[in-house]
Amino acid sequence: MGALSLSQVTKSFGATDVIKGVDLEVADGEFCVFVGPSGCGKSTLLRMIAGLEDVSAGEIAIDGARINDLAPAKREIAMVFQSYALYPHMTVRDNMGLALKQAGTPRAEIAQATDRAAAMLALDALMARRPAELSGGQRQRVAIGRAIVRRPKLFLFDEPLSNLDAALRVQTRIEIARLHRELGATMIYVTHDQVEAMTLADKIVVLRAGRVEQVGRPMDLYNDPDNTFVAGFIGSPQMNFLKGARLGLNSDTLGIRPEHLLPGGSRIQGRVSHVEKLGGETLAYVQAEDHGLLTLRMFGERDFAVDEALGLDFDPDRAFHFDAEGQRLR
Amino acid sequence: MSDARHSTARSIAAHAVLLTYTAIALFPVFVIVVNSFKNRRAIFADPLALPSGDSFDLVGYRTVLAQGDFLLYFQNSLIVTVASLFFVLLFGAMAAFALSEYRFRGNMLMGLYLALGIMIPIRLGTVAILQLMVASGLVNTLAALVLVYTAQGLPLAVFILSEFMRGVSDDLKNAGRIDGLSEYTIFFRLVLPLVRPAMATVAVFTMIPIWNDLWFPLILAPSEATKTITLGSQAFIGQFVTNWNAVLAALSLAILPVLVLYLVFSRQLIRGITAGAVK
Ligand SMILES: Nc1ncnc2c1ncn2[C@@H]1O[C@H](COP(=O)(O)OP(=O)(O)O)[C@@H](O)[C@H]1O
Ligand SMILES: [Mg+2]
Repeated sequence: MGALSLSQVTKSFGATDVIKGVDLEVADGEFCVFVGPSGCGKSTLLRMIAGLEDVSAGEIAIDGARINDLAPAKREIAMVFQSYALYPHMTVRDNMGLALKQAGTPRAEIAQATDRAAAMLALDALMARRPAELSGGQRQRVAIGRAIVRRPKLFLFDEPLSNLDAALRVQTRIEIARLHRELGATMIYVTHDQVEAMTLADKIVVLRAGRVEQVGRPMDLYNDPDNTFVAGFIGSPQMNFLKGARLGLNSDTLGIRPEHLLPGGSRIQGRVSHVEKLGGETLAYVQAEDHGLLTLRMFGERDFAVDEALGLDFDPDRAFHFDAEGQRLR
Repeated sequence: MSDARHSTARSIAAHAVLLTYTAIALFPVFVIVVNSFKNRRAIFADPLALPSGDSFDLVGYRTVLAQGDFLLYFQNSLIVTVASLFFVLLFGAMAAFALSEYRFRGNMLMGLYLALGIMIPIRLGTVAILQLMVASGLVNTLAALVLVYTAQGLPLAVFILSEFMRGVSDDLKNAGRIDGLSEYTIFFRLVLPLVRPAMATVAVFTMIPIWNDLWFPLILAPSEATKTITLGSQAFIGQFVTNWNAVLAALSLAILPVLVLYLVFSRQLIRGITAGAVK
């Protein structure tokens, strides 16, 4: 229970079109991540699904029923915000129980539901506190707990980890993945961080300037990108883009992942400009004569001297070909 | 270390300035209160002297309280001030919420229109207001005063409160909407508690001019039953003789209720004034 479908969904603020005709199917129980650069319309799209923004044109449906004109509270959704958005004057328990109370649920049932959610998120000891007495990570767990309590058809997350520090971000990310497995609910998750997208998603939707660039499983996007935007956005460090003409190829641009550029060889000439050793892997940045700055990613510890001349090679089978518009040539 | 000394010097200087200002501001109040406890001769002989065994005299208070209507004037003033304050805060906050929260055509113009009253003194419209009150039969009622003061207080209230309400997190209001709170509940239960310091600021700035006003009570409600305290005190100021004891005692008494209201709001007010500075 919780399949979402968007068809030709459009949003304009006055004369500016922010969402330009989005089609999307999210299956029941799927973890779907909207990813894209800041300002591309991810939050706007999510808020339209939540009912917080009107839909200018198109249709949004949950389980086949059109919900365009339904109030947010009637959509059986729950949302977790980047800023936590906890009610400052209520205890954790009241924060979590408010939606049920508002829906007229009996008190005993509310207590049961909040206790269950608190147990899932290890919030038991914090139930009597107010948001001001919690750390950032605890606040976000309460916000997630508040979402769980309602047993929604659809969970919506808007960059829930952006305000947390790096260690806490990883920990909370794992927690969200665990919750998804345990609850089996449909989740829509917005982020600008492709690592979050890759690690959490069953399905990634890459957005750019209000349009869907590509939809697919993380590894499909990684191994089979449709265009230079998706190829460059997914994967870190970024894919290298080489000039096809300089390599004697027909395609305009050649995309090669950093791990598929190999040191030693004569296809590409350059000089090492910087080396980063991370222990498990080594990143070398090479200023190539014809192609600009390229990134190499090598397993283990490797030694290069800065300014050393370095020839590079690549496996043609692992290179992606793109035309002048950035579309993939297959 | 030199920093610490430096800041001590600065804080002494700051306190000196503030204390001087406080002394200047409180001086008239001090003179009124002190002299209200003296007999007439002592008031004129040495206005700055504290009441001593000789000069101490409660005749002013006796005169004021003996005049039976005085409690009624007090009551009128309180009713008018509290009722006006209530309506200014309620309608001001509601308008501010609508202006800051909803996108609709003419939002900006409406905001400007509502704020215009800050710059145009309502007294310019006295004649029209009087005609209006006569036509609607509201002359010599407290309702007339409440209506006028509500109108007078609204522009500043809308202006200040909408600015503060814009600062309340959108996510918070949206979380409420998703949790099924109505717009009214969001307004009363989420937004109002968060702008309480601003409400207190508006309350103080609204309340004091209303309490002190002489103009509209004199024009719209001068009857014995509807006189306010400021108007009632004028009874002791005659064209030829002024009962200074009674005037000073009446003014001293009139300070008390505003002082109480001010203390009620002041804790919030200080938070409101310093909110921008410390956050
Ligand atoms: N209420 C609004 N009025 C006008 N423009 C808006 C409004 N909300 C968002 N936008 C615009 O829509 C675009 C997408 O915003 P948003 O969905 O918040 O981006 P993202 O979440 O992907 O960073 C931005 O260019 C933003 O300026
Ligand atoms: Mg956003």
